[in-house]
Amino acid sequence: MKRRAFLKKGINAGVIAGTAMSLGNYSKIFGSPVANPEGPYDMVAIKGGEPDFMFDRAIESLGGMNEYVKQGQSVVVKPNIGWDAVPDRAANTNPKLVTRIIEHCYDAGAKDVFVFDNTCDEWTKTYQNSGIEKAVLDAGGKIVPGNVEKYYREIEIPEGKKLKTAKVHELILDSDVFINVPILKSHSSTRVTIAMKNLMGIVWDRMFWHRNDLHQCIADCATVCKPDLNIVDAYNVMIENGPRGVSVDDVVAMKQQLISNDIVAIDAAATKVFGIEPEEVNYIVIADEMGIGNRNLKELSINRIII
Amino acid sequence: MKLRHLRTLRIIISLLLLSVSSFLFLDFNNFFSTEFISGFFYLQFIPSVLNFLTTFSITAGGFIIVILSIILFGRVYCSTICPLGILQDVIIYISNKIRKKRFVFLKARNFLRYSILIVSIGFAAFGSMFLINLLDPYSNFGRIVSNLFRPVYYAANNLLTNIFESFNNYYFFTVEVKNSDLLTIIFTTFFFAVLIFFASTRGRIFCNTICPLGALMGFISKFSIFKIKIDEKMCISCRKCEIVCKAGCIDTKNKTIDFSRCINCFDCFSACNLNGISYKFSRKEKKKKHKQISDNSRRKIISGATIGLLGLPFIIRAKSDISPEKLTEIAEEKTTPVCPPGSKSLNHFTEFCVACQLCVSNCPTQVLQASFLNYGLKGIMQPKMDFHTSFCNFECVKCSEICPSGAIKPIKLEDKKLTQIGIAHFIKENCIVYTENTDCGACSEHCPTKAVDMIPYKNNLRIPEVDSEICIGCGACEYACPTKPYKAIFVDGNALHLKIEKTKQKSTEKKIDYKDDFPF
Repeated sequence: MKRRAFLKKGINAGVIAGTAMSLGNYSKIFGSPVANPEGPYDMVAIKGGEPDFMFDRAIESLGGMNEYVKQGQSVVVKPNIGWDAVPDRAANTNPKLVTRIIEHCYDAGAKDVFVFDNTCDEWTKTYQNSGIEKAVLDAGGKIVPGNVEKYYREIEIPEGKKLKTAKVHELILDSDVFINVPILKSHSSTRVTIAMKNLMGIVWDRMFWHRNDLHQCIADCATVCKPDLNIVDAYNVMIENGPRGVSVDDVVAMKQQLISNDIVAIDAAATKVFGIEPEEVNYIVIADEMGIGNRNLKELSINRIII
Repeated sequence: MKLRHLRTLRIIISLLLLSVSSFLFLDFNNFFSTEFISGFFYLQFIPSVLNFLTTFSITAGGFIIVILSIILFGRVYCSTICPLGILQDVIIYISNKIRKKRFVFLKARNFLRYSILIVSIGFAAFGSMFLINLLDPYSNFGRIVSNLFRPVYYAANNLLTNIFESFNNYYFFTVEVKNSDLLTIIFTTFFFAVLIFFASTRGRIFCNTICPLGALMGFISKFSIFKIKIDEKMCISCRKCEIVCKAGCIDTKNKTIDFSRCINCFDCFSACNLNGISYKFSRKEKKKKHKQISDNSRRKIISGATIGLLGLPFIIRAKSDISPEKLTEIAEEKTTPVCPPGSKSLNHFTEFCVACQLCVSNCPTQVLQASFLNYGLKGIMQPKMDFHTSFCNFECVKCSEICPSGAIKPIKLEDKKLTQIGIAHFIKENCIVYTENTDCGACSEHCPTKAVDMIPYKNNLRIPEVDSEICIGCGACEYACPTKPYKAIFVDGNALHLKIEKTKQKSTEKKIDYKDDFPF
């Protein structure tokens, strides 16, 4: 190559790159900042599509559901079904997403797919009006109650600082695969509720947590109840008045989704999607310090997909 | 003769009614719509009269149909519509199977039954449901099923659930009675035991001696156009009819029937081989005899009623004693009981509720619970809303749609969401955030209107604050509050239900560009 030509190309490239960078389209020029763009990702972030379509794309980039669910295994999917509210209110996990997840589990060879939540409002109403009961049945899954204590078995939490034992739903303890499907929402006391906070719906007595340093208990529980996969629904996001919400005015359509098996990382990423920093959310900081996961997103390989 | 078939018809209708009535007090699965439930109890006399007084519309006029039926044929109601009457018939049937029972003509206890009737009406007129709630057959039936049979029904369901769940089948689910009231159970058991004793030994003596509705209907049936009578020419005094008469109103010696006590069960039609008993167009010929009896008793009735009414103020004055749970440093100071949305005011609720507990059986969250003296003696056994064990679902108006007596008037969901039945009060000194210096916010999480909001507090914490302007008193905050034994937030009832402002909300318009990069 001639020296002049080289310089010319170099300058051109520099200008393009510089312009692009100043516009913030950094990733589009160099691809993923991580060395191996094809490699196993720590997290997938996707935006711009419908919940079910986004899940198809995201799970595919993680190698498909086969990576997580093996032939003949039993799966428990734990969405947020806490409130007697219609899907538009975004108080509960998007039913379309739940359906698609269950379908993927069965495609991967799952024997049974169970879905439950220990709800806040009356459980038959939340199951019904959230649209999740129908979503589960449509996909051939089993919707299971979480309304009585008999379903919950006590476990030890050796690393727990405040929460030493907890009664956990038998499906979490007995199923081969645990898929945690929270919805990103504002929260009146913990700022946001995402993946770790969604675990409050797998225990019987969450009021104990409220009495005994809520943030610490959330982190403590995550030391033993580790989902094999966390899928954060940020399609419709309740940005105010959470976690119950007052009306659809609380909701903004963000059309995003995050998938990771690092519960701390996914909470950190979702917090940023929500518009605040992970450091502002006490339980994320505690969980990171306890080594449950990594809140420093710069250290992770993240596949970012914009549809 | 075709009149014999009346008995069969009555048995079929009454058993159907009894089964459905019982089911409506047992079901937790919303098997029937609320329209069906309210329609089904349309004819229940006392609830219907009360409901009529709250609306003055034909939609609550079931009792008029009943009165017309009595004027035509007598107390058909007592054997066909009244669930407690039918229940007694079942008891009589069973006890008859165990030991054959031969009924005999019983002397009328007119003084007693009309006194009870007059005093009951007097009480109700003065706003006390004390006697009606104690004696109304429909509400007693409701309480028997709701308090005594429902736990058994739930237990059977739960057994079935366990069996199915052991096969990984979740079609059934476990239900639990959240809170039951011991005194109500004791009273109901006592009442039921007495009823069984009387029914199995003396037939329908409750209906003709104690039941105020039986007395009223007995009185009306004196003017019935068609009455059941013995054909004196046919009658051979074989006593077959008297032996089967549960009401004890057939006097074969004198070949007369005290039609005011006849419950129109038609058993005598079938018993008489000679067709000697049948409906006859009523004429005034026998009035004389009747008059002598009633003249004598009328004086007694009036004096008895006067004595009863004198006692009235004492019972009414026994004010509602709401039991505040003391013992903590700062107790919840509840001054006024909370009554459900649609009941308008404490007075309206206590003056019209017959304590049948249909709402208790049907409340999806079981926030409505049996209680004995939550509203004092005048509102004995009327259900309470208990926010320690549950709360009123924001999206639900079921009780208002099924209440048969108009104590809880139908209310639209959008109106319910703006109806303030009470106001939340925050006790900072009991609050986790204050005592433990940690985040909590369970109350605010559950609040459907965000009347309970979390505001900045020291050390980056947030502490609850109540905006009473938009609080509806649903009790979600009180239920969710984790402090023990007494809550840091509680709802005190509004004696008069109020309307809150529609919650103003700033629109969260936020432009999202889905092509924007991720924030990480």
